[in-house]
Amino acid sequence: MTFEPVIGLEVHVQLKTASKLFCRCPTAFGADPNSQICPICAGHPGVLPFLNKRAVELLVQAALGLGCTITPRSVFSRKQYFYPDLPKAYQISQYDLPLATGGTLEIAASDGTSKTIRIHRIHLEEDAGKLLHAIGNRELDHSLVDLNRAGIPLAECVSEPDMHTPEEAYSYLTNLKAIFQYLGISDCDMEKGSLRCDANISLRPAGHTQLGTKAEVKNLNSFKAVKEALHHEIKRQTEVLNTQGRVVQETRLWDETCGVTQSMRSKEEAHDYRYFPEPDLVPIELKTDFLSKIKASLPELPTAKKARFIQAYKLSDYDATVLVGDRLLAEYFEQAVSKAGAEVAKPMCNWITTELLGRLNAAGRPIADSPVSAEHLAQLVALVQKGTISGKTAKDVFGEMFETRQAPAAIVKSKGLVQVGDEPTITRWCDEAIAEMPHAVQEYKGGKERAIGSLVGLVMKKSQGKANPQMVNRILLKKLVP
Amino acid sequence: MKITKKDVEHVARLARLALSEDEKARYTAPLESILEYIDKLNKVDTAHVPPTSHVLPMSNVWREDQAEPNRLGSQTDILKNAPEAEGPFFKVKKVIE
Repeated sequence: MTFEPVIGLEVHVQLKTASKLFCRCPTAFGADPNSQICPICAGHPGVLPFLNKRAVELLVQAALGLGCTITPRSVFSRKQYFYPDLPKAYQISQYDLPLATGGTLEIAASDGTSKTIRIHRIHLEEDAGKLLHAIGNRELDHSLVDLNRAGIPLAECVSEPDMHTPEEAYSYLTNLKAIFQYLGISDCDMEKGSLRCDANISLRPAGHTQLGTKAEVKNLNSFKAVKEALHHEIKRQTEVLNTQGRVVQETRLWDETCGVTQSMRSKEEAHDYRYFPEPDLVPIELKTDFLSKIKASLPELPTAKKARFIQAYKLSDYDATVLVGDRLLAEYFEQAVSKAGAEVAKPMCNWITTELLGRLNAAGRPIADSPVSAEHLAQLVALVQKGTISGKTAKDVFGEMFETRQAPAAIVKSKGLVQVGDEPTITRWCDEAIAEMPHAVQEYKGGKERAIGSLVGLVMKKSQGKANPQMVNRILLKKLVP
Repeated sequence: MKITKKDVEHVARLARLALSEDEKARYTAPLESILEYIDKLNKVDTAHVPPTSHVLPMSNVWREDQAEPNRLGSQTDILKNAPEAEGPFFKVKKVIE
């Protein structure tokens, strides 16, 4: 039987605040264990949580960026369970009245068109601590708890089950991350745990509308892992359905090394979180002026920017997509174009997406860390545009710029790379070439047009690559075909 | 609503309470009377009463985002209150998912 996969994603993103959600402890990453804790986030008796306004603002930014409706009166709830990383034995989260509901996100569908994925809700909650079971390679016979993460503000964004392939899930995550980065609400760094994703996946017979039994997949440490784990789950669930007819609802962990998902030891009892309204925190009621202030401060988001790039700079859909995929890359492009002029937008885009990204990726550096500044790249493109250097020379100069951070003009000057464009000098080199390669001249005159290539090559060699190639071509032709 | 011994065991397990057989039997009747009272409340017409999430008529009690390390005590003070610690960590029984 053919099955259709149905996928929904839960994304936890760390909101970029200086202090924790309910206490004034710092949120810096990589601090010494338990160096950023206090009686509040350590869950001591008698303490009271005090809400961080910035976390609410950042979540509202994310929600408005995704077109969500902000709940007029939103409430915190206690989610209760016992686990050593949760010192209070309850997590302050939101249950029936989340801050935001009902948004949308555009993604690239598997058939190449775009598709709208509905966002179910976004709510605010605190993170738990971290457990250590080993130190280095040494397995411990007990566990250690680090509460630095406990109480860090998280936005949990839950999608509707609107995705049908692992590639759509990948596109959803990429676009969601791009929006969060544009808004500056989070670092979205999966390696540092500031963005985490769990995937829900079920299969149903193609054409059916009723949902099948789902598995929740955890331990997904990269977008690539999400894609691979979903491919694996589709294969596994298809086999289960074809042989046993029924999938068990359970949580499964992705094992990156083996490329399989494994059932988490099933709990003896179903989760019973006994949510109830958090009595220590009053509701959040967001008024129109609060919301309109945030709305007015929202930056241009990827979809709008892409449309503008295509319109204003005559870029292809593909080029614009690559540039807006990263806010800093888009800003780099616009900064460079503003210096060099909109007429060089296309060559500028080529320089950025091939030469610059090529070298940055090879060096494993982000655009923010580019040794070639937008201003220097603009200068380089201008030098080619004015005919001061040839396109070929420009690539060498670029390599030098990437290595030394120097301005292109300085490199061109110190290496004597200025393109030679004066007629008498080039004519002299052409005469020499014709005299030195009578064979090529004969071939060309005999109808073998390609033979002119060797003559051009010789002139370029004589000029050490600095002769203007268009001029060389023109002068040679004039001489060979009088 | 009838409360069985199994219900008492379930609620005790959720609260991590170890009850003796005697206690399990003893808690059945009080839990049942609590639920009976709730049943009574459920009969009241609340169609036009908004659910109470907080008893105070207040909202938006929040603070500015400013970090103040060690404002309420140092790491040492906090670890001192832990039943067990090891170096800078809280120490607990081994837990593996």
